[in-house]
Amino acid sequence: MTNEFITGRLTEYQVIGRHLPSEANPTPKLYRMRIFAPNTVVAKSRFWYFLAQLRKLKKANGEIVSLNVINEKRPLKVKNFGIWLRYDSRSGTHNMYKEFREMSRTEAVEALYQDMAARHRARFGSIHILKVVEVTDADSIRRPYIKQLLQKDLKFPLPHRSANPGKKLFAYSRPSTFA
Amino acid sequence: MSGPLSENCVGTSRNSTAQTWTIRLFRQQPSRLISNPRLSTNFAMADIDVKLASWKLVEVGRLVLIRRGPFAGKLAAIVEIVDHRRVLVDGPSGEEQKTVPRHVLPLAHATLTPFTIPALPRAAGTGPVKKLWAKNEIDGKWAKSSFAQKTEKADRRKNLSDFERFKVLRLRKQARYEVQKSFAKVRATAAKS
Repeated sequence: MTNEFITGRLTEYQVIGRHLPSEANPTPKLYRMRIFAPNTVVAKSRFWYFLAQLRKLKKANGEIVSLNVINEKRPLKVKNFGIWLRYDSRSGTHNMYKEFREMSRTEAVEALYQDMAARHRARFGSIHILKVVEVTDADSIRRPYIKQLLQKDLKFPLPHRSANPGKKLFAYSRPSTFA
Repeated sequence: MSGPLSENCVGTSRNSTAQTWTIRLFRQQPSRLISNPRLSTNFAMADIDVKLASWKLVEVGRLVLIRRGPFAGKLAAIVEIVDHRRVLVDGPSGEEQKTVPRHVLPLAHATLTPFTIPALPRAAGTGPVKKLWAKNEIDGKWAKSSFAQKTEKADRRKNLSDFERFKVLRLRKQARYEVQKSFAKVRATAAKS
């Protein structure tokens, strides 16, 4: 039911790959990555991109052993995520830690890409996600913008909003905003 | 409208220009201001009663009316606040066709209602929410609210058949006739005395 109206941009994939087996090494070491990508093609591409940076191994001499989707265990629970990332700005490379309050890891990463695009004009290609961790302990939340949402008995009004959302641009009467 | 002012209006329509009308109006105003008893009253500072505005709050347990999306027009309770723009809602209504599954709702798509489920624990599951929903008689309270009654009436009117619409017309005529009859009676007695 819930998946009907959640149209996510990204999916989390588990990609496992290895060097092509040879006579010298018939059982090469397996490498596993969790990759956020819009589809399997991009997921495999990103896997080879990252692996080539870490090991002397590329697509030409390697193979994908398995690729599967990682689904969120509890998509109806609100969680806090901490994301470590590295991105290339116009003038250099930066490391960052950001926090997000979302329902799933993929939603947190989607929010991250939006946030990076908005604040730093950084695109998908210039961002590396290093680590996505669910922060279960409220005391270890670092960022004030998430901390403020965790206080006990949180409540706030919605001042100045139209009582009738979805109205046309022009109206013959001033809207009441005290709803 | 006061007597002299309406005379002015008549004057413009007869022969004078719009300009003279405005001048006359301004000349009229100061005297009207002084004669207005409401404006000449002196307020004592201590009499002013300042009340805090009673806002409906976004809080756990608040019932919201969903205004857009697949569940538009249905009622749901806030189970947890995701952030300042989104909340997690759940609407386990007693009636099958009015239930809302647990999902994240943007506050822009919601209208806060005056009803709450008091002491709803944060992030309560659908089971406990359903229990408290029934215990607080949310369905009954909502059905009695003027908004629910108005929408229900509008829906029924919308789905009437042609003959039913005709019946409404006749009934409204009859009701109007009765009202006018009693009004005429009152008017007749008022004219005599």
